[in-house]
Amino acid sequence: MATAADGRLLGARSANTSSFSRARSSPSAVLPSPPNPGVKVGPNGATFVSSGIPDLDRILGGGFLLGSLVMVMEDADAPHHLLLLRNFMSQGVVHRQPVLFASPLKDPRAFLGTLPSPVSLSKEHRQRDTLVDHNQQDQEKGLRIAWQYKKYFGDQQSSQIHNRDVKQEFSNDFDLRKALERQHVQYIESMSIQDIPRLTILRDRCSNFLSGLPRSDGGNLSAGRIAIQSLCAPQCGYAEMDWDLVAFIRFLRSIIRSSNVVAVVTFPTSFLSPAFLKRWQHLADTLLSVRAIPGMFKCFAFLMRSIVWITWSYFQLFPFCTSDEDKDMAKLLTGYQDMLGLLHVHKVAHNNSQVPTVLEASTFSLKLQKRRSLVLERLNQAPVEASSGTSYSTSGTCSGPSKGSSLDF
Amino acid sequence: MNPSPPPPPPRDPDLLEEALGLGRGGSPPWRLAFVEDCVETSGAFVLHHFLKRALSTEGDGTVVFLGLAQPFSHYDRVLRKMGCNLSVQRNKNKLHFIDLLNLEFLGEQKLSNEKGENDREIGFMDLYNRILRSIEAIRSKDNNGGWTTIIIDDLSHLEIAAHGSVKHVLDFLQYCRSLTSEMDCFLVILNHEDIHSSDEALQMLSHLDYISDILIKAETLSTGIAADVHGQMTVVIKDAPGGLIKKLHSFQFKVKENGVEFFYPGSRF
Repeated sequence: MATAADGRLLGARSANTSSFSRARSSPSAVLPSPPNPGVKVGPNGATFVSSGIPDLDRILGGGFLLGSLVMVMEDADAPHHLLLLRNFMSQGVVHRQPVLFASPLKDPRAFLGTLPSPVSLSKEHRQRDTLVDHNQQDQEKGLRIAWQYKKYFGDQQSSQIHNRDVKQEFSNDFDLRKALERQHVQYIESMSIQDIPRLTILRDRCSNFLSGLPRSDGGNLSAGRIAIQSLCAPQCGYAEMDWDLVAFIRFLRSIIRSSNVVAVVTFPTSFLSPAFLKRWQHLADTLLSVRAIPGMFKCFAFLMRSIVWITWSYFQLFPFCTSDEDKDMAKLLTGYQDMLGLLHVHKVAHNNSQVPTVLEASTFSLKLQKRRSLVLERLNQAPVEASSGTSYSTSGTCSGPSKGSSLDF
Repeated sequence: MNPSPPPPPPRDPDLLEEALGLGRGGSPPWRLAFVEDCVETSGAFVLHHFLKRALSTEGDGTVVFLGLAQPFSHYDRVLRKMGCNLSVQRNKNKLHFIDLLNLEFLGEQKLSNEKGENDREIGFMDLYNRILRSIEAIRSKDNNGGWTTIIIDDLSHLEIAAHGSVKHVLDFLQYCRSLTSEMDCFLVILNHEDIHSSDEALQMLSHLDYISDILIKAETLSTGIAADVHGQMTVVIKDAPGGLIKKLHSFQFKVKENGVEFFYPGSRF
């Protein structure tokens, strides 16, 4: 219709040379490809990808910077770093970004079975949509998958998480109770780093992954993700390889520097000597640490002895762990009982700038919202009762070192 | 035809320049300066400050920069915000940037054998020769009157490339130090103090302390991180290498995109 009208208005102009043309709808694509929602461009030419946790993206000023190395210091008492890794990898899957996963497990694919699925619109909403859009249903049948996704298994465009039920936005909320379907996870490259004779194998794998990445995806920026779990854990067998390990990290940092990849490496700090721990920390562009809440140790120790350590059902039992220490902590912080753990931000990557990022608060509590998605909250000190005279230092939101507080790192 | 605009008046030296005796022109009274920082407070801004100062139009300084920690583009962008165009300076032969982001002397080899030792020695000799050639190339042009500053960012990367061999790194530093007297240049090296402060690595720190003339230490405030004051800086000047401390300066700093502000504690409001 538009072209006919223009033809009349512009006189002798034929429809072919008119500057207005109706968007062609073809069976395979309704619209021209939208800008990649998985990559966000920030100031100074910085490009970000989401960490998979919307709150963390906000705290870090946009997300994980492409070309940077994110290191997460693990806590020996609680596997919260796995939550970060899972969300990070799931976010990559949702945005169709290639993911390389290296783990000290013999079979890393077992861990991939625990990746969370993005929160989708409720079923009622879906049903309402189908009634309203009945007219367009013929045209858009190819895209309307809803709960019948199995019919379109294998079709690139119509996988459940990539359809309109899950909004294509920069950062998704993930439902930790629901696992990502196998067919999405199979595209993740994985390798085991247990007992590999030389670290060059890991190096080569990372280099190959980087060289295999498309630079741009049809004019849009593409991104890749590398996730390395527990790099210096004892089961990897890198006992005498301190310098090789730090050389590997330096190598990883140098190859991703000028690439469109972000690497997240978690490592248990207790297996590094103090000097090497500092070296690793200096090499990181963004440095985070996760901690268990003091007082929860007893629960965790029991659970880890009795359940396979890679399971995410443990945090369902949180509210039932109580002890005197817990009661003290509950007095100190609001919402203590809902907390999974603590996340501390030590360093934030800044793109081509010498100005350090100073956060208002650098310690956050990890919580589950609606018992399914991960949120980070600033620590709020509970109102101090007049009767209690405990001498905890001033506030949990103070980001500097303060003496005497059990929340310090 | 148009008369060129009058040159801008030389600005007053800031607290760091005063402490280092840089003042208004004239060569610095020291040869080897170590900049120390920690994880919480990065000292890279001091290197940027030196870089900018050396390449400023006021002096005829030249720089040989060993970029081990970041690629050239990073320094280019940072210095551009500070009003210094590194690409132009590089083209004018005032800056020699040696890109060592991927520097590695050895592969995954056993280091105890002869070949491992040899590789490291050869690697360091190559690096030293590269620096020497850069200085000679700079000097061969009409860059008289100015002095050359060699900036190394940073030492811990050299140690990693050397697979922890303290001997090789210290030998290399001694060679570089000899350059300062032979070729009349200055050496500024960034080092991470907290890596070496543990017992096992104290040897390195004491060596570095011994050979340096000046120590510039950037650390966090004891009261924590603040938005207005990014840290405190201590400048230790020795009367001779390995000698007693002659003077100690202490002040605070705030890092900005276009430079650094130095001020005495409590003088900002």
